[in-house]
Amino acid sequence: MREAEVGRLLAANLLRALAVVLTAVAPAFFLDGFSVLGTHLTWLCVCSVCVATLNIILHLVLRPNQSPKRRSFAHKISRFLKCCIYFFMSCILFHAIIVLYGAPLIELVTETFLFAVLLSTFTTLQCLCLLGPNIQAWIRVFSKNGAMSIWESSLQITSMCSILGAWFGAFPIPLDWDRPWQVWPISCSLGATFGYMAGLIIAPLWIHWNRKQLTYKSR
Amino acid sequence: MQRWPVVLFLAWVCLLFFAGIGLFMSGFLLTRIELASSSSCSDPVVPPLWERQSLPPGSCWAPQRFSKAVLIIIDALHFEFAHFDPAKTSPLPYENKLGVLHQLATSQPRHARLYRFRADPPTATMQRIKGLTTGSLPTFIDVGSNFASYAIQEDNLLAQLVQNGRRVVFMGDDTWEGLFPKKFFRSYFFPSFNVKDLHTVDDGILQHLYPTVDSGEWDLLIAHFLGVDHCGHKHGPNHPEMAKKLTQMNEMLRSLVDHLGNDTLLLVAGDHGMTETGDHGGDSEKEVNAALFVYSRTPLFGSGPPEEPETVPQVNLVPTVALLLGVPIPYSNIGEVMAELFAGDSDAVSAALEQLSVYHINAKQVYRFLQSYSLVAQDLPAEQLQHLQELFSSAVEEHTQLLTQVHGTTVPPELKPRLGSLIGRFQHYLREARAVCTQSWARFHPLRMVGGCILIASSCLLCYMASELAASSQSLCCSCLLYPLFWGPVGAALLWLVHVFTQEGLDLLLVSSWAAAASQLGFFWHWWGRHLKRARLTGSQPPLASGGLRQRLRAWLGLAFPMGILFFRCGAMFSDSFVVAEARVAPFLLASLVMLLVGKLHWDGHLTVPEGPKQQLLGVSSYRREIWYLLCLVAMLLVCVRLSSFFHQCREEIPQCRPSVFLSPLASLRNTRAKNFFYLLCVALLAGLVYAVQSWLRHYGNLNSSDPLVLFVRWGFPLVVLCIACYWAVASSVDDSLGRLQELVQVAVVVFPRAVYGLASMGLLLLLCNPMTVFAKDTRELAGSIVTPYLGVPGSEVDFLHVIPQIYKRMQESQKSRLERGSCRATVAAYGLGSVYSAALVIALTLLGFLLMLLHSERLSFAFLLLFVEAFVLLHIQTCARGLARDAELFSVPWYAVISWLLAASQFFYSTGHQPIFPAIHWNAAFVGFHLDHSMNLLPAVLVGANTFASHILFAVGCPLLLLWPFVCEMSNSQRKKAKKESQEELQEVEEHMMEMRLRESPEEFSTALLRLGLKYLFVLGAQLLACVCAAMILRRHLMVWKVFAPKFLFESLGFVVSSICLLLGISLVMRVDCAVSTWFSQLRLR
Repeated sequence: MREAEVGRLLAANLLRALAVVLTAVAPAFFLDGFSVLGTHLTWLCVCSVCVATLNIILHLVLRPNQSPKRRSFAHKISRFLKCCIYFFMSCILFHAIIVLYGAPLIELVTETFLFAVLLSTFTTLQCLCLLGPNIQAWIRVFSKNGAMSIWESSLQITSMCSILGAWFGAFPIPLDWDRPWQVWPISCSLGATFGYMAGLIIAPLWIHWNRKQLTYKSR
Repeated sequence: MQRWPVVLFLAWVCLLFFAGIGLFMSGFLLTRIELASSSSCSDPVVPPLWERQSLPPGSCWAPQRFSKAVLIIIDALHFEFAHFDPAKTSPLPYENKLGVLHQLATSQPRHARLYRFRADPPTATMQRIKGLTTGSLPTFIDVGSNFASYAIQEDNLLAQLVQNGRRVVFMGDDTWEGLFPKKFFRSYFFPSFNVKDLHTVDDGILQHLYPTVDSGEWDLLIAHFLGVDHCGHKHGPNHPEMAKKLTQMNEMLRSLVDHLGNDTLLLVAGDHGMTETGDHGGDSEKEVNAALFVYSRTPLFGSGPPEEPETVPQVNLVPTVALLLGVPIPYSNIGEVMAELFAGDSDAVSAALEQLSVYHINAKQVYRFLQSYSLVAQDLPAEQLQHLQELFSSAVEEHTQLLTQVHGTTVPPELKPRLGSLIGRFQHYLREARAVCTQSWARFHPLRMVGGCILIASSCLLCYMASELAASSQSLCCSCLLYPLFWGPVGAALLWLVHVFTQEGLDLLLVSSWAAAASQLGFFWHWWGRHLKRARLTGSQPPLASGGLRQRLRAWLGLAFPMGILFFRCGAMFSDSFVVAEARVAPFLLASLVMLLVGKLHWDGHLTVPEGPKQQLLGVSSYRREIWYLLCLVAMLLVCVRLSSFFHQCREEIPQCRPSVFLSPLASLRNTRAKNFFYLLCVALLAGLVYAVQSWLRHYGNLNSSDPLVLFVRWGFPLVVLCIACYWAVASSVDDSLGRLQELVQVAVVVFPRAVYGLASMGLLLLLCNPMTVFAKDTRELAGSIVTPYLGVPGSEVDFLHVIPQIYKRMQESQKSRLERGSCRATVAAYGLGSVYSAALVIALTLLGFLLMLLHSERLSFAFLLLFVEAFVLLHIQTCARGLARDAELFSVPWYAVISWLLAASQFFYSTGHQPIFPAIHWNAAFVGFHLDHSMNLLPAVLVGANTFASHILFAVGCPLLLLWPFVCEMSNSQRKKAKKESQEELQEVEEHMMEMRLRESPEEFSTALLRLGLKYLFVLGAQLLACVCAAMILRRHLMVWKVFAPKFLFESLGFVVSSICLLLGISLVMRVDCAVSTWFSQLRLR
């Protein structure tokens, strides 16, 4: 049972990583002059949208948290709206934090905001898919021994890796190498993306490695 | 532990660091003093009368041989680039490209010659330009009259030419613009900063070169090409681009030669060479080996060229060009004339006479310089100077003897050999003189640098180990810490004995570093002995050891995250880009550290309420109430950090940067409305600060007594603010608007700052004399009847909550026997005893803050407000975090608190408008309260230093607050609890409010805690310093070493010195309060 679930997780994560790679490559066939560095804003949009769609689809298909009860349609709608509001708020929050960390306040607002959207896609959206608009569950997942399934462990790892990647992505900005990817926010968004992808790969491996130690509390 | 050993031990650790810094500095930074004197035509160094008569018009000191000269400087023209070897079949990209030089030298051997041109380290372009024009050996710091600009103050070739009415035209590298402002008759500057740009400068020069040469409106034309150097930095010498660049230079020279007239001297010189990788700056063979090519249409040399090109030191160019053009040699020149250029095409004897006369002039000038230099500075060894003087006087004596036998230009044949030997003696003198100067000015001492590095590194290690040691044992550490102090003098004495026997001069720096090393060895030896003993003890109990190992592992993991941030901070010192961008790096790391702290607290589950059975069922957790408080604090901190970035100064390395508008003084504002607005805002801010401090003190009951200090806080603080406000008003007013009041203004500008200095020092003195801000109400005799001396006694409930009556068990016990029969309510109530330590520190910090704000421009007081707010928030965050993590060790300050405190200190170094470069120093701070003329140098140095290291001073003095704050905040926490409790329990609660008196309860632990805090602070500071020192040492060949790393190292080490002294002062202040509290208690007991 556990092995099979890890396999499903691995497949899903690989699919996600593949999608990220595709967003960097595929649009060049449809859009003239598309490149990750050159038309960074477009890529940010494409990547966020694709990863978001894929996550939602995967969530609908795999249903990692089967809820026994069948909810009414109105409840679902309200839940969905709540999710949208949460997502938007997380974008705003990320934007604020990024600016407080030293991003330009007035110039490049679009870039900063899209970067915040990307980060939200990598972190908040997954939380929303897996846990729903339930802040208290989020709090639980992001603490020691808080994960209750391999999906939640995977969520922990990928989110942290994304944030860490974005943090490390800020490091090359002051260097005087004059590379196109040193421009704000390219290095940070690339860092976040690589971090996310690394997290996607690491998570199943880590869970597989530590499957003896991982004993999830039953609900 | 007693109090004195703590301060002594900390002072000793500081001295260890200072010795390390001193040792490193003596090996790395070579200093020289610039003389302000300059040569002139009428100086008495001119030759005797018989030759003076033959001086043609327009000549000084020696007859002019060329009326014009063209100096082509090709940056980084290595000798190999200029050398042409026709035998080579497959030349490298940089070989055999300057064919025109070879062609000229072979076809006209008496007109042209190629030399090896030895540059003196440091081989950075700016130092080389200085060397090529002053004829001296510039070091990194040329102690001159003016630090603020790079302009050359010393006498130099260009100044001499301009002084004698010649026209100097310049084109090329814009470094010259800063070095020689307003010296050029005409100039075409091109930006030199972008190393990646190979062509802008060169193409710009080529555009103007030939028209200028043809126009003839110049006497000296300098063209400084940068392409070769930039190509070296970008691609390295071994690259096809270099071949293209050198070919371009070849073409340029070929056509330039055709444009020259008969009376023109052409000099092609490289200012330095380059290494295999294309860098320069150090003293390796490849870097110092440049090329010099001399050419003229009239014959220059008496004979053909030697087989192997001669080697000429770079400084020799200056006297040669000066005398050839007929101007005096610059005053500070130590170069030797290139005599063969003075031979001309006359016969051998008259050529020798000519050479003798230029040597004589040159020697006299060098002698004069050495005389006046040794009067000013002592860095040239005395015995060598004596030896030089003997050489000189004997040569001059023979010269005068010889001249009596020479009549006109006819020389008796028997004198010819004497003529030759005399030239040789002058030459010998000049070379010896230059060697002496080189030895003391232009050489790194790698051994000293490594020694300094090791000393600093081991001091860091010592700090770390001592802080751990002090934690583990309290009784023994005293002996272990104080023994090493005796080892130091023993080591120093040993060295002294050795020196007495070997009869060598004793260097104070060396002795002190030996003493430091010896005492460190002593410490480590003692430590090792104790370690072995303990290992033997634990060895007998294996199970304990394994448990200890796991614990230690966990402790190490806990350390990893603050130390990781410190590691990144130190690593950033090794990259010039990161040093340049440090103003943004420090806040980034500070924000990361605090966010990580919150994240870690969350991860460990400290932020959530322990799960009850009901919550476990739901699988959710909820936050404690304090979390919102913590999150608000973090948000405030982040906002403060972000806002502080609006006060940054710019460095020239970031051309798109604009300096903050808040840096300029209000007087420079044109808009009167804005000026008034900002002025009022600044004054309101000052008043707000005073109000905040006073209300903080009132809150903790420290504002109740009638001691002079408290009275000063009540009335002196507003007075200080008033004085500052008046000073700002006067200083920012427009000069002409006041008209008749001009004289009054002149007085006011001086009087108000002095009043502030006076008031502030009075406040600090009062603080030292009696730092107790406690109001004691003794009810023992009165037994119940409450007398109200004045306001501030708990009348209402609010007052009761705010003013804490401190009841002392010890007191009670001692009084119990006496009071048993009396009323049990007879107690001593002391208001503000619980925060007596912090109150003293807060008062001191506020006073210092006022002083430092006065030294900055008006609008930087916003930055100071941010500083105070941020420090306050940081203290609260660490208190809150420790409370949440249920940190049992109240007496040990965690590493993250110390590191964040220091990160904030360096963040506000930048946010008070500073940068670690010399032009960014706020020099006008020296004139706050003083007129423009200072009789001595100490006072302005102190003022400018205080201005520059304002944040270091404030944070270091405030460092003990990190230890005290959790105790101070104890009340507010328990108050909150109390609100929920029943009223009966209230009295017992009150009794538990020990606050800072917990520290007094265990004086041993208090002293140890202060020692550990000091050591941790010194460790983090020392780690940053070590990174800077290592960066400067390892990267001493780096392109940016003199622009980025060396100034950074200087500022960092000065900052370290200031910080450590202020840390000692802060800790001593706490100790002083402790003493006062002790005496207060003993007096109370006596009463």
